[in-house]
Amino acid sequence: MADFDRELDASGLNCPLPILRAKKTLADMESGQVLHIIATDPGSVKDFEAFAKQTGNELMSSGEEGGKFTFMMKKS
Amino acid sequence: MTEKKLAIIATKGTLDWAYPPFILASTAAALGYETEIFFTFYGLQLLKKDLNLQVSSLGNPGMPMPMPVPVLLQALPGMQSMMTMMMKQKMKSKGVASLEELRDLCQEAEVRLVACQMTVDLFEMDTKEFVEGVEYGGAATFFEFAGESDICLYI
Repeated sequence: MADFDRELDASGLNCPLPILRAKKTLADMESGQVLHIIATDPGSVKDFEAFAKQTGNELMSSGEEGGKFTFMMKKS
Repeated sequence: MTEKKLAIIATKGTLDWAYPPFILASTAAALGYETEIFFTFYGLQLLKKDLNLQVSSLGNPGMPMPMPVPVLLQALPGMQSMMTMMMKQKMKSKGVASLEELRDLCQEAEVRLVACQMTVDLFEMDTKEFVEGVEYGGAATFFEFAGESDICLYI
C-alpha cells in the first residue's frame, strides 16, 4: 500500500502551476491526508517549502531522483 | 491567522508584461491572500476574452535574441508577429502556463478583477469583449482595497 492518499504529477509544468495544482488537489482532500507531488521545475523545491510555511500544510519530505523532484505534503 | 491582502495595478498590455500580474495574483490566492488586480491604461487589454497580445524587441534591448538583429530590421513589418510567435512557442515548450489559464485560475480563486472606468471610457473599449466578472471602479475604489493591503504592486 502506498504511503500517501493522493498523487499529483506536475512534470513539465513551470512556476506557478505546480503550486496552483497542488493547492487545488489539497482542497479536495481531508485534513491529515498526504499528497505525493512529482515536479520537474527546479524552482518548485524552494516554492513548496514556502507554500508549506505560508499555508500551514506540512511538507513531510522532499527529494530528487532522476531529474524529478518529489514532495510529501500533509494537509493541515 | 488573518487573511493577508495583495493589491496589484496592471498597466501594461504586452504578452511578456501580462504574466507578472496573473502569476503573482494566482499564487497569492493559493497562499490564502485576498487579491485584487486593478487594470488601467494598456493593462485593460489583459481583460479581453480574446487575448491577442504581442511582444516586441523594439525599445527593449534586454530581450534575449537567438541572433543579433539590428534595431532598424526589428521594425520591419512582420517582425513583431514573428517574435510573438517565437515567444509563445518557447513558453509552451518550457511548460509555462498560457495567460488564459492563469487568468482562469485567478478567477476560480476569486481574485477580484477591477477595470479602471476612466481608461475604459478614454479608449472607448467595448466591455462586452471583457471576460465575465469584471468590476468597474476608479482611483478611490482602488484605494479602498489597497489601503488595507499588506502588499501593493505597480506593474
